[in-house]
Amino acid sequence: MATTYTRQDFQSDQEVRWCPGCGDYTILASVQTFMADAGIPKEDVVFVSGIGCAARFPYYMNVYGMHSIHGRAPAIASGISAARPELSVWVVSGDGDALSIGGNHLIHALRRNMNVKILLFNNQIYGLTKGQYSPTSEPGKRTKSSPMGSIDHPFNPVSLALGAEASFVARTLDMDRAHTIEMLTAAHEHQGSALIEIYQNCNVFNDKAFAELTAKDSRDANQIRLVHGEKILFDGGTKGVAIEEGRAFIVDVEQYGDDIVHTHDATLPDPSTAFALSRLAHGPHGPTPIGIFRDAPRAVYEDALDAQISSAIEAKGEGDLASVLGSNGTWTVG
Amino acid sequence: MQLAGARFTDASAAFGNDLATLPNFPAEIRAPAGTLAGVSAFQIHIAGGDILTPGDSPDVLVAMNPAALKKNIDDLKPGGVIIANTDSFEERNLAKAGYEVNPLEDGSLDGYNLLTAPMDELTKEAVKDSGVTGRAVLRSKNFFALGALAWMFDRPQETTLDWVAEKFASKPEVVAANTSAFKAGYNYGITTEAFAVTTFEVPPAELPAGTYTNVVGNQTIAWGLIAGAQAAGLPLFYASYPITPASDVLHELSRHKNFGVKTFQAEDEIAAVGVALGASFVGHLGVTGTSGPGVALKSETISLALMAELPLIIVDVQRGGPSTGLPTKTEQSDLMMAIHGRHGEAPLPVVSASSPSDAFDAAIEACRIAIKYMTPVILLSDGYIGTSSEPWRLPDVAQLPSFPTTFATEINHDDGYMPYLRDPETLSRPWAVPGTPGLEHRVGGLEKDQLTGNVSYVPANHEAMTITRENKTKAVANDIPDIVIEEDADAEILVVAWGSTYSAVLAGVRNTRLEGHKVAHIHLRHLNPFPKNLDEVLARYPKVLVPELNRGQLSRLLRAEYLTPTESLSKVQGQPFMAAEIKAKIIEMLEA
Ligand code: SF4
Repeated sequence: MATTYTRQDFQSDQEVRWCPGCGDYTILASVQTFMADAGIPKEDVVFVSGIGCAARFPYYMNVYGMHSIHGRAPAIASGISAARPELSVWVVSGDGDALSIGGNHLIHALRRNMNVKILLFNNQIYGLTKGQYSPTSEPGKRTKSSPMGSIDHPFNPVSLALGAEASFVARTLDMDRAHTIEMLTAAHEHQGSALIEIYQNCNVFNDKAFAELTAKDSRDANQIRLVHGEKILFDGGTKGVAIEEGRAFIVDVEQYGDDIVHTHDATLPDPSTAFALSRLAHGPHGPTPIGIFRDAPRAVYEDALDAQISSAIEAKGEGDLASVLGSNGTWTVG
Repeated sequence: MQLAGARFTDASAAFGNDLATLPNFPAEIRAPAGTLAGVSAFQIHIAGGDILTPGDSPDVLVAMNPAALKKNIDDLKPGGVIIANTDSFEERNLAKAGYEVNPLEDGSLDGYNLLTAPMDELTKEAVKDSGVTGRAVLRSKNFFALGALAWMFDRPQETTLDWVAEKFASKPEVVAANTSAFKAGYNYGITTEAFAVTTFEVPPAELPAGTYTNVVGNQTIAWGLIAGAQAAGLPLFYASYPITPASDVLHELSRHKNFGVKTFQAEDEIAAVGVALGASFVGHLGVTGTSGPGVALKSETISLALMAELPLIIVDVQRGGPSTGLPTKTEQSDLMMAIHGRHGEAPLPVVSASSPSDAFDAAIEACRIAIKYMTPVILLSDGYIGTSSEPWRLPDVAQLPSFPTTFATEINHDDGYMPYLRDPETLSRPWAVPGTPGLEHRVGGLEKDQLTGNVSYVPANHEAMTITRENKTKAVANDIPDIVIEEDADAEILVVAWGSTYSAVLAGVRNTRLEGHKVAHIHLRHLNPFPKNLDEVLARYPKVLVPELNRGQLSRLLRAEYLTPTESLSKVQGQPFMAAEIKAKIIEMLEA
């Protein structure tokens, strides 16, 4: 039964404590609006987070929540969802939390296709610990812990998720609330794991990291909108994305026409095409795909677990402790 | 040494006929509860055909082929060990023996401890440079089996190898082949962790009347968890990562999905405890099982459970440490880690099992405390309990404890739902689970306001919460039985023990009493908090001996808590105590 909510129903009584101007505020508003629209009974929603600025998120959502420990939210959420598959389980994480200390749990939750929706707030910096480079920071980035420039090669979170065969992978921008809500809705409707990378501006330690994608004068040239079933065109239709021999590249439509432009199919069982699209992005610079890379059906862990329980009960009957205790064979004394 | 001597009195049987009987191989390891003997005997049969030793029931059956299994299985003790050569369990041999399906795979041997190895292949590989060729090659596979047995039972290799060198002196290639095969078997035991069996015991001389079964501790822990969840009326959720010697708990629970038990093989130890905690948050009984290295990895999440005040059980089947240590050998050296091994002020209840059959009750008790006090509980077992078997008088299921869980369903305060509004007696907080309308709340690792559960950095609140969490653990002492003194309450010496040393300590104490001395004995199940009367009991005895398979951890805890001048008897050889060691120490202290 869908319930009628307003955004306020999802606001907790706790003062929101992010830095003024932080992209997290916009994302929080988008999520609360989405929740009100989706009408999932509030008591059935659980938000789990790890550690980091983004991890404060559950305190601001008036639903069930756990602010856990660094990197472990996907594991805890997996337990929640495996135990109670009827719940709507969400993870809020950051680039350090999800990709550095918690990388293992992230890929395994995606691999298993747990019915858990993971929001990865990527600001390409460690904000809570005051500005060290993160696993998504661009090479050469100068921070307090890399005064001569970072020598780490960054992850592309979308590529990583697709490599783990995540069944739903999307990217959106904190400032674009309509698009964020669209991605959240699609993730919610998807059966199984969903990872949404949200480019999130940290205006204190990494301001304007995504300016090329969000600023008025450059965003058209740099946002490649992926829409299922449509040709991938951008920059006012003057440019497009073609795929040849498994590689995606940008073509000038005015010069070559749009016949060679790829028509996006997010539902392909094989993640290779989505992976090729993910390789178009180079951190915050240049044309970057936004939208749903992949939304493909795959067996969901929780369904399989419950099916095994049902078939065990069918085969052996409801468990009877006394017969288990005697199952090694018995003998009588006296 | 018995391996070579007793086994190979008939060398032709061992070699030519593919058959050996190994009677009365002394275990000299475990004195069974209630018996006086410090040495129990057991038998190993290596069978290539039918073994006719009427009246004997071996503890270990080495089945080199399906026919040998079929002919000898009925003689094997319930719960005994079967070591099977998987290479010979192929279609033709199975058919010859009259098996329609492979007994190693169809679950028909579930009541036994089944260990397998592809012995033909491994032997061929091991002897390939020995000079032995053709059909003679596979004759060495008995020595592969012997090597594996030598590893399992800690027999020195030299005696067997010397015997081989002498026996086959005229055929150097046979010496080389048998030596290589023996070493290959021994090394297979070391590297695969496949043969993690500590030892066996014979039943006490006189068992009370009842219906008995043979159980190993990892199985009874699993059953106890099922019983504990039933007692609480909660679904059981067990999340674990494979680790010796705890994996069998996961295996056992995975077989009982018809109880609604959910098992989850996690990607690592940290994930396993996280998954279990997630399950607890939503109203299941979350349990994770592991050994010492895993507990170390889980430590941060255990602290989160403690802070969030959610029930969680961590089973630690201890093994020799530190680091990878002795994975298949037993030790009690995680006690301090269980009690103190977390950052911050993080006390939690610790419960221990004292034998394979006692592990059932210990697991139920851990469930009870975890739920009643909304706290993580560490349940200590060890490799000895986990992998050895003993007869167990079946409990009456209807008489098992019952402690139905009450979830919060109503607003509990004028200002709304207060997740940290405590029961004044247990100091336990209410458990409101997702799906309950109106009680939406957040928990987490940051310090909580003592009423609302909202994040609080108020200095006095942190102190109050720290002390409350400590008092909550202490409150468990109101709820556990007083310690009962066994044997002579009026003795001059008290022996205090815990965990798997129970049978050896009891036998040692009784053997000492047989010589006319008075000895008092107590065995602790609850290690944190201690039973309330422990203070007073310790104070009664001028001499207190604490035997442990560690470097004196309980001894130090007792000294710290009660200023009792305890004396430690320590053994860290990966082996249980022998009753004689306990007795010798008691007598030494009495005569001092
Ligand atoms: S440090 Fe950056 S990410 Fe963290 S709250 Fe401030 S602006 Fe937001």
